[in-house]
Amino acid sequence: MNVIEQIEKGEIERLVAERPVPEFAPGDTVRVHYKVVEGARERVQVYEGVVIARTAKALNSSFTVRKISYGEGVERVFPLYSPRIEKIEVVRRGAVRRAKLYYLRSRRGKSARIAEKVDRRFAAATVGKDASPATAAEAVEMQDEAMEQAAHAEEETETTDAEATEATAEDNSEDKRDS
Amino acid sequence: MRSGLIAQKLGMTRVFTDDGEHVSVTVLKIDDCQVVDVRTPEKNGYAAVQVGAGTAKVKNVTKPMRGHYARSKVGPKRKLAEFRVSEDAMLNVGDELTADHFVTGQMVDIAGTSIGKGFAGGMKRHNFRGLEATHGVSISHRSHGSTGNSQDPGKVFKGKKMAGHMGAERVTVQNLSIIRTDVDQGLILVRGSVPGHKGCWVEISDAVKASLPEDVPFPAGVRGGSEPAAEEEPAEIIAEEAVAEDAPADSPDAAEDNDEKKE
Repeated sequence: MNVIEQIEKGEIERLVAERPVPEFAPGDTVRVHYKVVEGARERVQVYEGVVIARTAKALNSSFTVRKISYGEGVERVFPLYSPRIEKIEVVRRGAVRRAKLYYLRSRRGKSARIAEKVDRRFAAATVGKDASPATAAEAVEMQDEAMEQAAHAEEETETTDAEATEATAEDNSEDKRDS
Repeated sequence: MRSGLIAQKLGMTRVFTDDGEHVSVTVLKIDDCQVVDVRTPEKNGYAAVQVGAGTAKVKNVTKPMRGHYARSKVGPKRKLAEFRVSEDAMLNVGDELTADHFVTGQMVDIAGTSIGKGFAGGMKRHNFRGLEATHGVSISHRSHGSTGNSQDPGKVFKGKKMAGHMGAERVTVQNLSIIRTDVDQGLILVRGSVPGHKGCWVEISDAVKASLPEDVPFPAGVRGGSEPAAEEEPAEIIAEEAVAEDAPADSPDAAEDNDEKKE
């Protein structure tokens, strides 16, 4: 391993110790709690959407989250190890057969849905029941045991107003990209 | 005025600061950076230190240079450079400079040889805008325009910017801030980019246009110096010096052997 790789590895270890990175893959729905600075004040913005791409480049790894905000598709790329991200929550696991879900860009509504991933081994253990949604949800919960939902209620309220300000800002950026 | 260091450029990466900011950094390695010679006002008319870095194979060092290294009792170096110092910042021959010569947050100037671009056109070399893409321009879209007037001067003025050789020249980048230093591994992380390709040698010195922080080591960050961190290191130094002494001592013999073979 060369020195640059060593530095990057050390840096990743340091950053992961501060904020663990959950296991997630393209197709999953995640909530990214991102710290934004407004003037002197810093607050947390929650951005929820489908992970449509991940890049694995050691310290430079990133992931792209797509959501539909006020009828407008918004994509945001987050550096995976950025200390600006307070928390990444996996909300739902998606069953997809591509690593990059760019085909979602040309789809809307019903055709843009992603089926929920079912852990087959786990489903087999609970035969007979209508297990799929329950087990999948449980699987997610198991993964996220470390990430607690204690502050859930507060964030919920913040989400809405965060969403509002963010939507305007990001719609603009989206427009620019389109043009 | 303190001495500078010779470092090897390893490449670039990024680090995240505590406030979550991302910083692009160049990683520089301080490899066996020792004072090889000194220039004194009495003898040379000015004060400076000659610093060497890296380890050269003895067989690749010319005989006169072997003598030079032998006199200063340091191993052969791959790169030598001279740094002007004030007389109170004079160092001793054989002192090994370390990465903590510079402190985090300090501004430095870095000089190196830029990557060669070969024969480059006006657009790349002088940021000319080229000619139009259309409106009757044919073939010469990236050419420079006129080079001067008509019969009146009757010549192209000297210094006219034209196509020509670009890069592979000495470039100094001023005011790069030190993001992190690592004495054990001999690494310095500097914000931004540094001239030269990976593996090239660069000279790092205190910024001429920024004031020096008060906590920098003066006259230099020397291994086994006043710093409390260096407990085990003196032993190593002695060992290294012993090796260094051996190497030049061996070298003339080796050279003689070669000569004999030729004969």
